[in-house]
Amino acid sequence: MVAIPESEVPAEGGYDDDGKPGFFARWFYSTNHKDIGTLYLIFGIISGLIGGFLSFMMRMELAEPGIQFFTNEHQYLVYVSMHGLIMIFFMVMPALIGGFGNWFVPIMVGAPDMAFPRMNNLSFWLLPTALICLLISFVVPGNANGNGFGGSWVMYPPLSTTGHPGPAFDFIIIGLLAAGFSSIFGAINFITTILNMRAPGMTMHKMPLFAWAVLVTAFLLLLALPVLAAALFMLFTDRIAGGTGFFDPARGGDPQMFQHLFWFFGHPEVYIMILPAFGIVSHIVSTFSKKPIFGYLGMAYAMVAIGVVGFVVWAHHMYTVGMDVNLKAYFLAATLVIAVPTGVKIFSWLATMWGGSIRFTIPMQWALAFIFLFVVGGVTGVMLANAGVDAYLHDTYYVVAHFHYVLSMGAVFGIFAGFYYWFGKMFGVMYNKFLAAAHFWLFFIGVNVIFFPQHFLGLNGMPRRYVDYPEEFAIWNSVSSMGAWITLAGVAFFFAMLIEAFIVRRRVGDNYWGEGATTLEWTLSSPPPYHQFNTLPRIEDNAEH
Amino acid sequence: MAGHAVEHDYHLIPPSPWPFLSGIAALVWGVGMVVFFAGLVPRTGESPMLEFFFSKGLDSLQDSYRAAGDKVGADGGWIILVVGTLFAAYVMYGWWKDVAAESKAGDHTPVVDIGLRYGMIMFIMQEAMFFVGWFWMFFELGLFHKMRAAWNPDVLENADEYATSMAPGIKGVDPWNLPLMNTVILLLSGTTVTWAHHALIHGDRRGAKWGLGLTVLLGILFTFVQGYEYLELFHERTEGHPWISTDAFGSAFFMATGFHGLHVLIGTIFLAIMYLRLVKGGLRPEKHFGLEAAAWYWHFVDVVWLFLFAFVYIIFAVGM
Ligand code: HEM
Ligand SMILES: [Cu+2]
Repeated sequence: MVAIPESEVPAEGGYDDDGKPGFFARWFYSTNHKDIGTLYLIFGIISGLIGGFLSFMMRMELAEPGIQFFTNEHQYLVYVSMHGLIMIFFMVMPALIGGFGNWFVPIMVGAPDMAFPRMNNLSFWLLPTALICLLISFVVPGNANGNGFGGSWVMYPPLSTTGHPGPAFDFIIIGLLAAGFSSIFGAINFITTILNMRAPGMTMHKMPLFAWAVLVTAFLLLLALPVLAAALFMLFTDRIAGGTGFFDPARGGDPQMFQHLFWFFGHPEVYIMILPAFGIVSHIVSTFSKKPIFGYLGMAYAMVAIGVVGFVVWAHHMYTVGMDVNLKAYFLAATLVIAVPTGVKIFSWLATMWGGSIRFTIPMQWALAFIFLFVVGGVTGVMLANAGVDAYLHDTYYVVAHFHYVLSMGAVFGIFAGFYYWFGKMFGVMYNKFLAAAHFWLFFIGVNVIFFPQHFLGLNGMPRRYVDYPEEFAIWNSVSSMGAWITLAGVAFFFAMLIEAFIVRRRVGDNYWGEGATTLEWTLSSPPPYHQFNTLPRIEDNAEH
Repeated sequence: MAGHAVEHDYHLIPPSPWPFLSGIAALVWGVGMVVFFAGLVPRTGESPMLEFFFSKGLDSLQDSYRAAGDKVGADGGWIILVVGTLFAAYVMYGWWKDVAAESKAGDHTPVVDIGLRYGMIMFIMQEAMFFVGWFWMFFELGLFHKMRAAWNPDVLENADEYATSMAPGIKGVDPWNLPLMNTVILLLSGTTVTWAHHALIHGDRRGAKWGLGLTVLLGILFTFVQGYEYLELFHERTEGHPWISTDAFGSAFFMATGFHGLHVLIGTIFLAIMYLRLVKGGLRPEKHFGLEAAAWYWHFVDVVWLFLFAFVYIIFAVGM
């Protein structure tokens, strides 16, 4: 497969042997893709805790009718909005793209580092800046009802203009612009690394699927985020008294236009969050079935197709704004088309497992759960794609259930799958199987108990983003809140697992998954040397992907 | 790997303070932006909502909205903004100085050079999508004003007029006057920058200096002409009402041309730095990616202007 001279493979603890910089320079001034990847993962965990706290409070509030914990509706809405923004921009994206992308894309394509190591660190350090802006927004005035911004992560005007005149939302704009630039620089870096720094013999059609996934994701980021930036600038100037009037109908502007600009970014954004998870799951399924992935090229180009079509379906989020019926018909059809390449992926994973010798390791359990639950979310997505049905379901809990099946169970399961798959590789130690299994099962049961009942609530007409609800929705809401407790227990086991693993330090070898794991990271020590591939690896003609 | 020689041509960079400092500079600058435009501490009045609404504003343009003493930046936001901007400028200076030094030291091997090219192309693609956002807004306003007038008869004060024009009561800027001049300036600068590039390749450094110097001057000229045009628009075109606060067309006009103007400024600075490097003896005939990147960027800015000229100026003047 990959020829690396024996002498090249460093001893265990490769981190310690080659003049890594001192603590401050190493972690603050870093230009090392693996260290930056670790920083992203830590950042993602911190944001996940903040976002998770917000959602837990929401679930506690909704456990029974009436207002229990929140001082007023506005405060609840602030929690909803910040939960969405923090989870999307500061947990899922940093973990999947910044964390695993940084760690493994250069290694998988056989490169010693990212193309622009310094800019890589800029991408990271813009994120704490952005998060601080979002956290400041909590404590500065939003509108007459109190501090913070409560207009949801979609930030529609007029709620985000005259509806929240205080600086809380201005801070969110600045924060999101910073996060956006971070992602754009990251995207430029990934595209250049993948196109320009593949090792000799590593053709595009031999490149591992995770690298393909990150490549497509990077293009989505590159083309979608600037449009969001333009829309955010419009909001910013619209909010200035006597400023612009883009979204003010009284001045000839059009509030609906914000929704177009936002969703032109927003729909690609949902694929930005799921494509890297697709890549991770492909690797895991192949490794633990001990078979190369079924239909490799189909898998790669399915992601390309998803990326391309993802740009022309945005208005399925806007079926109820009064669009022309022909437009609705177009967006309906285009949205259903995405189900085709998505189906290609699902069936290829199944075909990869077919006849394989399957090992149900922890990462494989997460990956299988991912496939199962993502299909559930995909099917409800196809339901919502029907404009007529969506007129009823739009902005109900059915939509909440849909996107949490693809996000909290799709993207997040992808993150945990990758985390357990590469845990030994990144940190050189093995997790405790019991704690990890407890984490998985509690989390799996917990999120399903939270979100499955929300389908029923939505079908019964419970609207989203309300702090209170009538008596008849009480049962399923209390079940859903019970799920939050179970999930919390799962999260506790996650941290127990982390602490245990770093105290006990069970060292692992280079390729602790054995035969099925064929990508380049398994040829390196665990953790890999501070700079890998001082001599570039050569990929032979018959190498597997 | 310990003691093992590096056998590849990629550029591994030692730890650098600039990215971390950039993050801090961005924070200072961002807080400055918010405090400057939105204010941070409630001042007078009844509800925080009203206070915050009226403590904002580009009000040098908008004195009628409130007393002059209550200007933008009353919270001292401008100080933070200036500090942030200077900090950012310092970081950029340090960063690019490092890059130039590395280039001189030969760190930019052919493969790294190709990487820089990819990076620049991606950056320009990203900029193009940014302008797509503004043009999208402009076309929406231009093409569907009739529809919006019909939807919003009760919100729009003059719905009937909106049915016939996207910007009722606004006299268009005559495209064949200053804007045409700016078009000519930018197109000419496109040729001078190409001249500079070819002169450099053929080893004619004198020609390259002339070409690049002229390009920078033309860029500055463009900015001056646009500034003059803006002044005129602020003061004269709309009976005391600046366009920007008149209606959505004014908004689209100023933000789109304004962001373009900002990009012209960035491009001019980029070219000016290349000029300085050229004068100091940098940029070799066989290796001068900095100049090429600046030229690409300049052509991109040029193309955006042509779109602005064709649609925001000409089509609007003809009537849309
Ligand atoms: C088969 C593929 C999919 C289809 C057909 C689909 C369809 C839809 C539709 C029609 C809506 C709008 C519902 C409404 O607001 O009334 C929606 C909402 C949403 N979808 Fe999907 N979807 C798919 C996959 C995904 C994936 C993979 C993700 C993310 C990983 C995702 C994330 C979301 C989110 C976040 C929302 C809600 C946005 C909001 O209003 O806050 N979807 N989906
Ligand atoms: Cu969508």
